[in-house]
Amino acid sequence: MDASSSFVLEARDLEQRINGPSGPLDILRGISLAVQAGETVAILGASGSGKSTLLGLLAGLDAPSAGEVRLLGQTISELDEDGRAALRAGRVGFVFQSFQLLPALTAMENTLLPLELNPAHAKESQETLNNWASQALERVGLDERSAHYPHQLSGGEQQRVAIARAIVDHPAVLFADEPTGNLDGRTGHRIIELLFSLARDPDSDGPATALVLVTHDPELAGQCDRIISIQDGVLE
Amino acid sequence: MIAARGTNRSHLRALLRGTWREWRSAELRVLAAALVVAVAAVAAVGFFTDRVDRGMAQQATALLGGDLAVVSDNPLPEGWPAEAASYGLETARTASLPSVVFTADDESRLAALRAVEAGWPLKGAARIRPGREGEEQVRDRGPEPGTAWLEPALIEALRLEVGDRVEVGDLDLEVGAIITHEPDRGSNLLDIAPRLMLSFEDLDASGLIGPGSRVRHEFFAAGPSAGVAEFRDWLEDDLESGQRLLGLEDANPELRTAIERAERFLGLASLMAVLLAGAAIAVAAHHFAQRRADPAAVMRALGASGRQVLLTYFGRVVLVAVLASGVGLAIGFAAQFVLAALLGDWLAGDLPPPGSRPVIAGLGVGLITAVGFALPALLRIGQVSPLRVLRRDLGLPPTSVWLSGALALLAFGGLLYWQAADPQLAAWVLVGTAVAIALLAVFGMALVLALRPLRNRGGMALRFGLANLSRRGGLSAVQLVAFSVGILALLLLAIVRVDLLEAWDASIPEDAPNQFFINIQPGQEQAFADRVEAAGLERPQLDPMIRGRLIEINDERVSPDDFDDDRDRRLVDREFNLSYAETPPEHNPIVAGYWFGEEGQDPDAGWSVEAGLMERFDLALGDHLTFRVGGQAIRSPITSVREVNWDSFQVNFFVIGPPGLLDEQPRTFITAMHVPEEQRSAQNQWLREFPAVSAIDVSAILAQVRDVMDQATRAVEYVFLFTLIAGLTVLYAAVQATRDVRRRETALLRTLGARRDQIRNGLLAEFGALGLLAGLLASVIATAVGALLAWQVFEFDYSVNPLTFVYGIGGGTLGIALAGWLGTRRVLDQAPLAVLRGPE
Repeated sequence: MDASSSFVLEARDLEQRINGPSGPLDILRGISLAVQAGETVAILGASGSGKSTLLGLLAGLDAPSAGEVRLLGQTISELDEDGRAALRAGRVGFVFQSFQLLPALTAMENTLLPLELNPAHAKESQETLNNWASQALERVGLDERSAHYPHQLSGGEQQRVAIARAIVDHPAVLFADEPTGNLDGRTGHRIIELLFSLARDPDSDGPATALVLVTHDPELAGQCDRIISIQDGVLE
Repeated sequence: MIAARGTNRSHLRALLRGTWREWRSAELRVLAAALVVAVAAVAAVGFFTDRVDRGMAQQATALLGGDLAVVSDNPLPEGWPAEAASYGLETARTASLPSVVFTADDESRLAALRAVEAGWPLKGAARIRPGREGEEQVRDRGPEPGTAWLEPALIEALRLEVGDRVEVGDLDLEVGAIITHEPDRGSNLLDIAPRLMLSFEDLDASGLIGPGSRVRHEFFAAGPSAGVAEFRDWLEDDLESGQRLLGLEDANPELRTAIERAERFLGLASLMAVLLAGAAIAVAAHHFAQRRADPAAVMRALGASGRQVLLTYFGRVVLVAVLASGVGLAIGFAAQFVLAALLGDWLAGDLPPPGSRPVIAGLGVGLITAVGFALPALLRIGQVSPLRVLRRDLGLPPTSVWLSGALALLAFGGLLYWQAADPQLAAWVLVGTAVAIALLAVFGMALVLALRPLRNRGGMALRFGLANLSRRGGLSAVQLVAFSVGILALLLLAIVRVDLLEAWDASIPEDAPNQFFINIQPGQEQAFADRVEAAGLERPQLDPMIRGRLIEINDERVSPDDFDDDRDRRLVDREFNLSYAETPPEHNPIVAGYWFGEEGQDPDAGWSVEAGLMERFDLALGDHLTFRVGGQAIRSPITSVREVNWDSFQVNFFVIGPPGLLDEQPRTFITAMHVPEEQRSAQNQWLREFPAVSAIDVSAILAQVRDVMDQATRAVEYVFLFTLIAGLTVLYAAVQATRDVRRRETALLRTLGARRDQIRNGLLAEFGALGLLAGLLASVIATAVGALLAWQVFEFDYSVNPLTFVYGIGGGTLGIALAGWLGTRRVLDQAPLAVLRGPE
């Protein structure tokens, strides 16, 4: 596993253990996996199977009890919280079940966030960043509503803003956690189409975006290049 | 019965258990903290004023000098002591007057002389020291003939020792002791000159008592209460005009009025802390209700009625309110010692310990504040839909703004009424507070909106911070108002007060008179003026002063009982200083009518009256005033009205007549002049040639006024400290109320790659902007209040002090940013994974 490998994400022997009221509890055991650039991977599992915890560990949002995660060539456990944040900035995108837009910010401002957090763009003018954010909103069909606040948008529209925010900086990896969980069937279907089309067509000269999708929906998982099933904290 | 008692016990246990569980929640702790601050502020003032009131009651007889007293500007009848003795009463007479005391080294000082009869003091005891170092001794009689007791201030000023000799008028007395406590001395707040006490027997030989001299004669009686009552009846029939009978309730009325006013002001100041604490409680209760929506919905789904749910939570809040009020009382009790240290010498002697009244009042304030400000939010918990267990989007019904406003207004209005003890004052303060808060809120919202354009400038941190501020518009406005009030209070006291004092000093010209010379006897005017001129000073203008009592207005008898206002009563009750003049005083512009002899006015009749007095007694040009001067009634119409600036340090009179009307009456002369510091010792020399003349050093009065102002404002500052703490409680409540949202937002920003410093800068931007706006608002208002006070109350020019803005805005920005950061920094420690897993 060297930095030149084509894997953008690798996990080896991951374990996650928490201390419950009746002693230690294993959430994840012996997880190893790898994701290539541009690949779409579904992590499929029932509720409580540990799939969201796994996503959190893969994205460096939490540290594993044992094992190792390499994200974009960096070993996550070697980095502190700020180091992990810096690694994510501009290179990792997220789409959540509950959208997680900042209510104080407009659609445009929410979309701008990853660009402003990425030190690589520190020298870009605000106008350039605004243009990029506008383009991202245009790609999800919301350029007309860029000045709206989240509470002024429908659930589907909010999720489209979340997707615009996820893709605006052309991330190498895009994590999606039950992205249709809070949407009705039709809207959810459209969101998935959008997500896949944007992940597969990054609209830039850079490398394709890898999509790691957590879901309990086998049909949705079936649209991915690869399915990784998880049950009781163990890959099947 | 037994079953009922058992049920009650189990209810109580459930309440205690539930409250203990709730205690872990931050909202309840915020509510408790706010109540602690509110109750501590009120209790500190309450305990202190209770001690002062008790002290005043205890000392009333001692302060009065007996069970009853009669005061008069004229000598009292010789027959009274014998009459009193027939009722089994003891009596004592005293006479007080200002006079200059000289030493063998030609040092001199104005002293408040008091000659006391052998029986003095009838109540209480005097305390003296035999020398500077000696032990204090208790005395139940005054100094022996030929000796004098001097207050330490006079001993110091004249560099005297016990055994030295002093001259007063024609008397040569030995300093017999240093007097440290005079039971009926009254307030050291109002008496300016230090005391010299001598024997009543020496008074006649002093040459100080003459026509026109300003002597206050007092007669005291004490004994069995039946005898006192009978003698009082007899006295009331025998009293003449100018003689005033005083009971215990009259003991030291000026001090009593001054203290009551000060107490009322401190009480009202403490309510500002209550008001801000109320805002914190409202925010915390709102948050408390919101977080109880889920358990309340579960309770309702399991069969609890809305009323049961409401009572459950209401009971817990009330229990916390009672406990917090207890803690507040304890803190208030400790805090009152500081107030007592700052203001304790308002009252002679030690303050007695407080009673239980402030405890009940403190608990009352705690409960009223808790219920008044928390109830509207709590009512919503009872109204939660049980369907929420299935549909989490079903929130609590919104809090009724009208109900919240009305209840808060009712609670605060009630507290104001209780503290002000005057419906009109309470109503004014309530309306003033409501208007001020509404204005602050409107300006606050406008400022928050004005920040919006700034969001497009600067980086993520500023954008995020300012966005937070404008999104939480309502909460931001509440915080802004709370901080503005807190900062305003400090600015007013720290900067504007000093500016006003300095501006007041500056408004008095360098060569303004600093010495008043009174009691210049008729026939001495020429000699006095010559002597002053010979001393190298400007020849003074001497104004005649005639003492007269106002007895009739338009031929109707005037009595103190005709007036409600204390000052009006005293004006009528005592003798006026009248004067006569050929020409109107230079510094008194005529604002209505004409001077004697002008425009057809009679040159030998009429009164020229000061404008304020015209208003006070509702007088008009042409009204006839009758004064009794000596034994003669002098009646004349008001022919002109003069504007008098009493702060000018010039000699001024309420009423002036033409020379033809008054120049035959018994009179003395008065003058004011500027005596440079280096000429003071020479002044002592030549003043000895005029033993009856008293010099009043006005610079000492100025210093005294400044001392009193400083002391009082320090106490107010101290009380306003609670206001600032209450303001910070609002910040804490607001931070707590937004904690869940902040945690989620912070975790999300971390997920998207934000570093700690970026998030910290965002929080600093938010709180810094809030502090900046609050500081700006407070600085503008403080400047406006200062200008208004200068213009309307003190009547001098006030220039804006840029430091008000520097401290207001700088202090506000830094202070609030730091406090906000300290309150929120823990959100950074949350692992971002929480955002993926936690509920919305």
